[in-house]
Amino acid sequence: MGIPLDLLSNAIVAGLLLGGFYAAVTVGISISFGMLDIVNIAHPAFIILGSYVAYIINATTGADPIAAAVVMLPVFYFLGTGIYQVYYAAFERRGQEALRGLAFFFGLLFITEVGLILAFGVDYRYVEARYIGPTWRLGFVDLPLRMLVPCIVSLLMVLGLQLLLAKSFVGRAVQAVAQDQLALQLLAVDPIRIKRMAFGVSIATAALAGAFLIIIQPVEPSVGREYIGRVFAICVLGGMGSLPGAVIAAMLLGVVESFTATFYGPSWAPAVSFGFLLATLAVRPAGILGR
Amino acid sequence: MRPWKFSLLTLAAGAVVFALALAARSDYLFFAGYVVLQFIVLATAWNILGGYCGYVNFGTAAFFAIGTYTTVALHKIGTNSGRYLSGTAGELLQPLFPLSVPTLVILSGVVAGVIGLGMGYLTLRLRGVFFAIATLALAVVLQTLVINWDFVGGSRGAYIIRDEGLAVAGFKLGYIQYLFAIMLLLAAVALSVARLIEGSRLGYGFATIRDDETAAEAAGVPTLRLKLIATTISGAFMGMAGAPYPYYIGYVEPAGTFGLPYAVNSVAMPMIGGTTSWAGPLIGAMLLGSMQQIATVTISSAVNLLLVGVLLVVFVVIAPNGIIGLVLDWRRSRGKP
Amino acid sequence: MTAPLLEVKGLAKRFGGFVALEGIDLDVAPGERLGLIGPNGSGKSTLVNCVCGTLYNEMGTVRFAGQALDGLPAHQRTHMGLARSFQLPRPFVSLSVADNLRVPLLYTVRRRSLLISSPADLDERCFELLQQVGLDGKARRRPSDLTQVEMRKLELARAIAAEPKLLIADEAMAGLSHSEIEDIIALLMRLNAQGITIILIEHIMRAVMSFSQRLAVLVSGRKVADGKPEDVVNNPEVVRAYLGQ
Repeated sequence: MGIPLDLLSNAIVAGLLLGGFYAAVTVGISISFGMLDIVNIAHPAFIILGSYVAYIINATTGADPIAAAVVMLPVFYFLGTGIYQVYYAAFERRGQEALRGLAFFFGLLFITEVGLILAFGVDYRYVEARYIGPTWRLGFVDLPLRMLVPCIVSLLMVLGLQLLLAKSFVGRAVQAVAQDQLALQLLAVDPIRIKRMAFGVSIATAALAGAFLIIIQPVEPSVGREYIGRVFAICVLGGMGSLPGAVIAAMLLGVVESFTATFYGPSWAPAVSFGFLLATLAVRPAGILGR
Repeated sequence: MRPWKFSLLTLAAGAVVFALALAARSDYLFFAGYVVLQFIVLATAWNILGGYCGYVNFGTAAFFAIGTYTTVALHKIGTNSGRYLSGTAGELLQPLFPLSVPTLVILSGVVAGVIGLGMGYLTLRLRGVFFAIATLALAVVLQTLVINWDFVGGSRGAYIIRDEGLAVAGFKLGYIQYLFAIMLLLAAVALSVARLIEGSRLGYGFATIRDDETAAEAAGVPTLRLKLIATTISGAFMGMAGAPYPYYIGYVEPAGTFGLPYAVNSVAMPMIGGTTSWAGPLIGAMLLGSMQQIATVTISSAVNLLLVGVLLVVFVVIAPNGIIGLVLDWRRSRGKP
Repeated sequence: MTAPLLEVKGLAKRFGGFVALEGIDLDVAPGERLGLIGPNGSGKSTLVNCVCGTLYNEMGTVRFAGQALDGLPAHQRTHMGLARSFQLPRPFVSLSVADNLRVPLLYTVRRRSLLISSPADLDERCFELLQQVGLDGKARRRPSDLTQVEMRKLELARAIAAEPKLLIADEAMAGLSHSEIEDIIALLMRLNAQGITIILIEHIMRAVMSFSQRLAVLVSGRKVADGKPEDVVNNPEVVRAYLGQ
C-alpha cells in the first residue's frame, strides 16, 4: 500500500482523540433526541455559546476553561429547563411537535448565532491554558495535549452520565420515560418533570462541550453549523438513545474524518460526516447498536 | 376562483407592479423588488413541501445555490464555448450558447428538481425529522463541493458580467428591469402552481400526509410518491429562483450563496404568513422582505436577521397558523361561523 | 371449499425483546363475519397492523385474494381491497369531517380516474357515508369538534369509504350507547350482505357474539381458539384468560 506507518498511526490517533470530543458534543443530543424525542437542532449553537462563555471567563480571570464550564453547568441546566418549559407548553402538549418544534429550535439556533455575531463579531476567539501548546510523543505518535485533555474529560463526562442514567432513580426514570410515559405516571412520577430535568442536563453538557471545542480550535459563531450534521449522524449511527453507542460512533466518525483530512485535505471533512449521515439514514436507520 | 383565472389575475397584478415601477424611474426599486420577488418564490416553494406536507426543509440555500451555480457553470461554458465545447457534440451545442436567462432558469429548475428527487428518495421513507436533518446535511455537502470545484471559482468566487440591456418587443429594457420581469413571471407561476395544488386531489393528499401519515396510507394515499412530487416541485422552484442571481449580483461566492438569510427566511416567511395557503408565503415574503430591505439600509444586516429569527420564534410559539390564522380567528370571533 | 380471502400463516412480530405475536395462523373466507377477541394487550391491533402493512412482520406470510402482501406498503393493500379503522381514532385534523371521507374516495375508489375531483358526486357520496354512521349533521365541522364516540364513527366511515372487500373494524363501538351499537351492527350486517367480508374486533361480547359466524381468540400474542362462537366461549383456556385463575 505504501502508506507510511507513522502517518497512518497519527491519523488514527488523531481520529480517536477527535472522536472522544465528538462524544461530548453528541451526548446532549443522545438525551434530547435519542431519549426524549425532541429535535433540538439548536444544540450546536448552545455548544458555541458554551465556548464563548468559557472564553469570557478565561480571558477575564485566566481560569481554566474546563473549570469555567463546570462552574457554569447550573446556568446551562436552568437554560435547558426553561427552554423545555416553553417547548412543552407551546408544542408537546398540543401534539404539534413535528413542524413547529423544528421551526422553534431552528429559530433558537439562528438567534443564538446572530446574537453572538452581534456581541462578539466574526473574529475567531481562542482560550489560553497550560495544556494547549505542548504535545506528548509516544514513539512516532503525536498526542497533542489540547486534544488529549478534552478527550479524556469528555469520556469521563459520558461515563458519569451513563452511570447516572443506569444507577440513579432520576436516570432510570429518564430511560423509562423514553419507553413508556404512562407506566411512569402510574408510579406517581411526573413525566414532564423528568423530561425537563433531562433536557436541562442535555443543555448542561453543551457548556462542557463548548469548553472542549474552544480548547481544540479557535471558535467563531458559525462554527456550530458544521456540527449539526455530525451530532445527528453520530446519534443515529450509535443507536439513538445509547451513550456507549454514541461513543463508538463518535470514534468511528472521528477516524474517518481524520483520514479524509490527512489524505484528501481538510476542506472535505465537513462533507464526510454528512455523507455518513445520509448513508446511515438510507441504509440502516436503527444505527449500529440498533434500537 | 378557478385556477386559470387566478393565474391571469396574478399576471395582471404583476404587470401593474412592473408598470408602476417603470414609471417611478428608480433602479433601486427594481433591485429591492427583485429580492422581494425572489423571496416570494422561495417561500412559496418551501411551503409546498413544508406547509402543505409538513416536511421541513432547512436546505433552501442548497437548492438556490444549485440554480446559481448551474448558471455560473453554463455561463462560463458560454463565454468560452470554443474551449469547452469541442468535438462533434460540442460543435452542435455551440450555437446555443450563451444561453438566455429564461433558458437558464428552466435548466436550473430541472437540475434542482432532479437533485431534490434523488435526495427525497434517500430520506423520505423515514420520519420527517430525519428529512429535515438531511436537508441541512445537503446544504453543507453542496457547499463543500462548490468550494472544492475550481471551475466555478471555488472559495474565491466567480465574476459574472451582465449585459447592458435588452431589447424586448420593441421596448428597450435595462438589465435589472429584465431580471425583475423574469422573477415576476416566476413568482406568478409559483403562486399559480401552489394555488392549483391546493384545490386538487394532490392538495388533499398533501394535507393528509401533514396530519397523519399512517392514516393517510391506510386510506390509500401513496405517501412516498406524493412526498417525492412535493420535494421535486419545491426544489425545482428554489433552483429556478437561484438561476438569475449571478447576473443580479455580479459576483458569486459560496459563503454568501449558502448563507444564513436564505435558510431562515424561507422558513420564517411561510410560517409567519401562514402555511396552509398560497397567500401565507406571499404575505410573509412581502412583509419580511420589505422590512429587511429597509432595515439593512437603516440599521445593520445582522440586527435585521436577528429580528427575523425572533419573529419566527414568537410566531411559532404564539400564532402557529401565522398571520392568516390570526385573521381567520379574528373574523370568527366577530360572528362569522 | 372456496379459497380463503385472507390467509395468515405463521405471523410473528417482536418489539425489541417483547414478543407481540407468535405463530399466528388465521384464514378468513370470503363473505365471512369473523370476530376477533382477546384481553387487552393480546396483540389484536398488532395483528391488524401487520396484515394491513402499518407494521412489518418479521416472520410469516399474509396473502389476500391469493396475492402475497409481504413488503407491500399499506396504501397498496388498501387499493387491493383491505381497509381498517384504527382503534384510537386518527382523523385528518385539518380537513372537515366530510373531507376526511373524500380522501379514500379520491385515492382508493377513484384513483384511476383522471378527473382531479368532480366535486358534486363526491360530496354526495361523502354525505351518504356520513348518514350511514349518523354523522351527517357534522359534515362541515372539524374532527376537533367531535366527541370521542363520533370520532370512532368517523374512523369506521373512512374505512367503509374505501369500498373494501375486507373491512377490519378495530374496537369501533367502544363507548357507544345500546342503540348506537345496534345501529352499527345493522350497518355492518348490511355491508356483509353486499358481499363485504368483515373482521370485528371488540370487547363488547354481546355485539361480537350476535354478529360473528366465527370467533378467534388471541391471548398474549397466540391464537388459543378458533371456531363457532358458542364453542369458543366455553373453551376453558378462553375462560381462564378472561376471568383469570
